[in-house]
Amino acid sequence: MLNESLFFSAVLFTIGVVGVLTRRNAIIIFMCVELMLNAVNLAFVAFAQVHGVAGQVFVFFVMTVAAAEAAVGLAIIIALFRHKQTVNLQQINLLKG
Amino acid sequence: MLLIGQEAATAAQATSALSRTAAQWLWAVPLLPLLGFVLNGALALVGSHLGPADPSAAPHDDASHAGGGHPAGAHDTAHDTAHDSAHGDDHHVVARHRFAALTSIIGPAVLMLAFLLSAAIFWQFRAVAGDMHQPYVQRYFSWIPAGDLRIDAALMLDQLSLVMVLVVTGVGTLIHVFSVGYMRDDPSYPRYFAYLNLFVFFMLLLVLGANYPVLFVGWEGVGLCSYLLIGFWFSEKVNADAGKKAFIVNRIGDFGFMIAMFMLFANYGTLDFHALSVAVGQNAVYGGALVTTICLFLFLGCTGKSAQIPLYVWLPDAMAGPTPVSALIHAATMVTAGVYLIARSHFLFAIAPVASLTVVVIGALTAVFAATIGLKQWDIKKVLAYSTVSQLGYMFVGVGVGAYSAGIFHLITHAFFKALLFLGSGSVIFAMHRAYHATHSHEDAQDMRNMGGLRRYLPYTFALMWIATLAIAGVPPFAGFFSKDEILGSVFMRAQHSTLADARWLGIPGNIVLYVCYALGLAAALMTAIYMTRMMIYTFHGPNRTGEKERDHLAEAPWVMTGPLLVLGILSAVGGWLNLPKFLTVGPIGALERWLEPVVGESALRITHGEAPEVAHSVEYALIGAAVAIAVIGIWIAWSRLDPGKLVPKAQAPPEQGFERVLEHKYYVDEAYDRAVVRPTYATSRNLLWRGIDIGLIDGLFVNGSAWLARGLGWMGSALQSGQVGTYAWVLVLGVLAVVGAITLR
Repeated sequence: MLNESLFFSAVLFTIGVVGVLTRRNAIIIFMCVELMLNAVNLAFVAFAQVHGVAGQVFVFFVMTVAAAEAAVGLAIIIALFRHKQTVNLQQINLLKG
Repeated sequence: MLLIGQEAATAAQATSALSRTAAQWLWAVPLLPLLGFVLNGALALVGSHLGPADPSAAPHDDASHAGGGHPAGAHDTAHDTAHDSAHGDDHHVVARHRFAALTSIIGPAVLMLAFLLSAAIFWQFRAVAGDMHQPYVQRYFSWIPAGDLRIDAALMLDQLSLVMVLVVTGVGTLIHVFSVGYMRDDPSYPRYFAYLNLFVFFMLLLVLGANYPVLFVGWEGVGLCSYLLIGFWFSEKVNADAGKKAFIVNRIGDFGFMIAMFMLFANYGTLDFHALSVAVGQNAVYGGALVTTICLFLFLGCTGKSAQIPLYVWLPDAMAGPTPVSALIHAATMVTAGVYLIARSHFLFAIAPVASLTVVVIGALTAVFAATIGLKQWDIKKVLAYSTVSQLGYMFVGVGVGAYSAGIFHLITHAFFKALLFLGSGSVIFAMHRAYHATHSHEDAQDMRNMGGLRRYLPYTFALMWIATLAIAGVPPFAGFFSKDEILGSVFMRAQHSTLADARWLGIPGNIVLYVCYALGLAAALMTAIYMTRMMIYTFHGPNRTGEKERDHLAEAPWVMTGPLLVLGILSAVGGWLNLPKFLTVGPIGALERWLEPVVGESALRITHGEAPEVAHSVEYALIGAAVAIAVIGIWIAWSRLDPGKLVPKAQAPPEQGFERVLEHKYYVDEAYDRAVVRPTYATSRNLLWRGIDIGLIDGLFVNGSAWLARGLGWMGSALQSGQVGTYAWVLVLGVLAVVGAITLR
């Protein structure tokens, strides 16, 4: 059961990573980040079966942080769109010095 | 060693018969000229601060000539610039300095006082000289105490230094007086006297120093003053260059002097003359490599200061300075410092036969070499400059063979007649320049071809310069005859019987070397007579070639200039009395030799195997006859070859051909040095040190290189910061993969 869970978690995480790296739409990238967080959650739960309940407790923390992050992140994206009329990250390089 | 020396010297100070005489004022002798330097220097500085005294009183006749709104001063400067760049001539006639009158008193007066004081010291010294077995030393303070090295600021008075002090202050006083007239209208009049006073101070320090470092301070100081006075009219580049040349060439010699001092201290533990002579006497090996090396390095210093081959090249260029400077520094006193140094280091040279022979050979070669160049010079001062180099060669031959008193004797007589010749030439140039200045001609006032027939216009100078010419040519009974004859006789005697004759020099037996040097000395004497007579014919005889208009302006200089000439003329005529040869039965025979005997007698005897050098009377008469015959023949050759009536001015003179051309160009030695030393140095400095190392390596690689490196790294960094979140994410992921990979694959 552990192996299958970890395998599925890895696949989910990889999909998230590839999504973050390849997509340009900020919303989609944001969703891919959520995907990666959930892949991590899955791994925590799977390990909790072997190493004790601490992993499950951690999942709650991650979900809480992810919820907060979703709120802040979506707010940033909205602000970005208002400013630049786009959410295509290739056209946004405000971080450049 | 050091303690012995100090105790001995202290004892000498305590018990010296001189302690309670005028000699206790010894310190005042050098300090008087120093006082003059301070006062005149202050006047020069204050004067330059205040500006010229009265601009409207400036150049008298120029103002009228310059006409329409052309400032007199500007005209004068332009005139002299054109003039000097061509000929390196003297005289810039502008307004008198506002403090000129005060300086005219201070400058010569301090010298006069110093001379009177040293004469008083001489008088008392003479009375007690018999009881003096050690030099009289005055210690003032410990100058350089460092470990084993203890150097005192101390002056030493013995027979040798006293003779030098009298010559320096005596001839110096006369030349100071002459300068009052010669430099009368120079705008930097107090500065000139300040330098001249400072020079005398350093020269007295040089001859009175009780150890090598004090002597060296004087040695460097006179070099400094020489530089300052050669480049006195430094606004002309030629003069400034001549000063630099003298200074740089002298540095090469000073390097040798310093090495010699280091070696002396390292091996004998002291630099005090008296203590060192004791230490060397106890420890040094006769003819050893160490003492020979030290002597050769000392002699390298002498070749620089006293203008011997290969470092003589600065002295002819030194004529760019005012003529009285040439007389005092570059003929009578400073350039003889090398001769004094060898006489002072007699205890070293007496046990280093190879080094002594080197001194003799270099001296003899220089005497001949410079004399040949003197045959074909046209500038009256250049003739005298090469003559000085040649006569210095004689002095080195004298001290080299251990005839120290003969060398010093020639030094003294040479100071008389060469100072007279230079001051006489100064008088001639003064008259010539005034004449050309009056008519605004740009002809060369120092070229002998433009002179001729000056005896009608400068009768006193004419007569006095003939005395000096006969003296330098070696015609009895003038001074030069006795001193030159004594040097040549000493060489001949020592070739027969001395430690030098037994030694070998570069594999050649010493006696052969000495005989060859004797022959070279005779050849130089012949040429001396020729070029001096030639100079006199060109300058004073035949019709005048100065020019129709200028002729009316030629006149004898004022008494302030002819007065010193007269005194020097008398000295040149009777200076031989100082040391009459033994074959004469009248007068004070060998006075100078007996006077110097306590100082150098032991070393001189050591070279002649402990016996006073004697030759048969017939041989002595033959030697003297040869010397006189050669002088007369030389004068006769010059008279017969040059017809005073047929000489032409410079402008019409045909160019020289063949060997004469080589002589006129001084064997192209300056050009050869330029190619061999100066230009490679320039090229190396320019291409390797400047363009290669400074611009390329330091500026290029280190300074700009580090800037480029920082900029390059920054550019790379800024390229990474594209602001593209995607790129950052890629980098992040790659980083994570790398870390994970590193951990898992470890």
